[in-house]
Amino acid sequence: MRTDTRWGIVAGPAGIRSGPAVREPARIGRAARRRVNPLPALVLLLFVAFFVLPVLWLLLAATKTDDQLVGGNPLSFGSFHALRANWDALTAYQGDAIFRWLRNSALYSSVALVITVCVAVPAGYAMAMTEFRGRRALLIATLVVMLMPNATLVVPLFLEVNAVHLIGSMWSIVLPYAFYPFGVYLTYIYFSTALPRELLDAARLDGCSEFGVFRRVALPLAAPVIALVGFFSFVANWTNYYLPYVMLPQDDQLPVQVGLGTLLDSVPQFNPTAGALEVQRPELALATLLAITPVLVVFLFAQRFLVAGMLAGATKD
Amino acid sequence: MTAPSTGASRAAARRTRTPWPGSAGHTFVAAYTVLLVAFGVVPTGYAIYFAFTDNADSFAGLSNFSTAFDDFRFGPAVGHVVLYLAWWLVSLVVFVVGLALLVHRMAMKGLSRLLRFLYYVPGALAGAAGVLVWLFVLDPTVSPVGFLLRALGYHAFGQVIAPGHLPVLFTLIAFWTGAGGWIVVMYGALNNIPADILEAARIDGAGALQTAWRIQIPMLRKWIVYMVILAFAGGTQLFVEPQLLSQASNGVAGRDYSLNQLAYDFAFQNNDVNTAAAVSVELLVVGLVVAGVFVARSGFFDAD
Repeated sequence: MRTDTRWGIVAGPAGIRSGPAVREPARIGRAARRRVNPLPALVLLLFVAFFVLPVLWLLLAATKTDDQLVGGNPLSFGSFHALRANWDALTAYQGDAIFRWLRNSALYSSVALVITVCVAVPAGYAMAMTEFRGRRALLIATLVVMLMPNATLVVPLFLEVNAVHLIGSMWSIVLPYAFYPFGVYLTYIYFSTALPRELLDAARLDGCSEFGVFRRVALPLAAPVIALVGFFSFVANWTNYYLPYVMLPQDDQLPVQVGLGTLLDSVPQFNPTAGALEVQRPELALATLLAITPVLVVFLFAQRFLVAGMLAGATKD
Repeated sequence: MTAPSTGASRAAARRTRTPWPGSAGHTFVAAYTVLLVAFGVVPTGYAIYFAFTDNADSFAGLSNFSTAFDDFRFGPAVGHVVLYLAWWLVSLVVFVVGLALLVHRMAMKGLSRLLRFLYYVPGALAGAAGVLVWLFVLDPTVSPVGFLLRALGYHAFGQVIAPGHLPVLFTLIAFWTGAGGWIVVMYGALNNIPADILEAARIDGAGALQTAWRIQIPMLRKWIVYMVILAFAGGTQLFVEPQLLSQASNGVAGRDYSLNQLAYDFAFQNNDVNTAAAVSVELLVVGLVVAGVFVARSGFFDAD
């Protein structure tokens, strides 16, 4: 990562070397070579296998018995009968525990998401587009806290929350979730690169108040970054393990991620002392699938926004 | 995404940022500031306070730090995290940037979108779910790549999760769940590079490699640094992977593997929150120093 590169690089050595006379043939030659070079395609495919195989295996594992899991082809379909049996066994575990955990996760993540967006978007906007006393300090604080490994604060957060007697309350994780400096920084970056200041000035000239400018000009253009922040926040909160692991002592309050750990403890192949409440490996696979489904669905819907959000930055010149 | 800005354009940006009359700006950031104080500043203060006091609330100097340092688990935990970070950050930068460039070059936009989606899918399995999947993948008896593991000479789960393998295994898990999201981000950043610059480079005779090395990667710099900082912060937090692995192996592998696990055990097993806070503060200081170096050297505040 060199720090001295600038736009001027375009007119660098590459431009000096090839004159107009040789340029055309050279380009055709390169194009031909690119067409036959199989390396990029190979690399891309290899990584497809790396990323997709475990997911595929997981999908299929839920349709098998434990014997099929060990004996059969790892990428074969078991049977709907086995899937049904796994489902029944899983949902019977501690009387619907899996659904309770999923409900908890949904509640914690969505409440935190709403607060995050309401808090982060105005803050990012104000820091990007306006000047006020303490702006730079707030920006730096945001960056610092964002970079701070937040799990190192879990123990101190526990002490703080304990001091105000909120341990075991859902707010003990929802409020820390809602504090999402990464979201503020994303919004800041988005507004400072994608929102033309001239647009704001025009609105001001037309007599808009500062709140009016935000509501009528900035907010409608902020849809991509709201989707982006909401998406990242939801995924981060849904998949958080450490904080609820520490803050929520009651088994029926657990989000599904921590619940999976409880299930893992009941799988005899991984924990020989599991005892009576045995969970078979395919049931654990099915539980894992259920745990990730909401995030997957959210991603399917948000993907369009994700790319649109990134592209929006390109309109600035 | 802007080009690395010059002093002149930065000054221009400052001029055009409108000073707000009254307290409008403060109103906009008020709610965020409250959260920042409550869940950023106060716990940090708590950590520092606890790190320098004993359980009778009197000043303890550095004794908590030396307790942590002298603990037989501390040195190994530091080594584990450093080794893991080295693997994790290098593979992240090389492969994420490489894959993003390759995907971006593809002529068929539909296929490119499909690939990005496939790379991203495991992102939905971040956290405990992904670790569970990898417990299966790393178990030769049920793994989809069991043949590969056996070819490498591993026939039992216990052999695969040998202590020396853990940094690479945790890197695999983290890369599997985390890289796809960054590929999407890098792809977006690549899209933000104006087409006429790439066109000019092409006309000037730059090939794909040269364009990538001399134009695209330098213009991705800001995002790469951003990725490294966040990945570093995430990497030092290593907790759920070794925690679940230690559950799955009956404490054979992954117990007290990372600093966070150590802090957890100090706080909740040994009831020694002061030593736990000392470990937290140490992690915090390391994180801040590295972040500071990145920020200062990369011109991360160019957009300011």
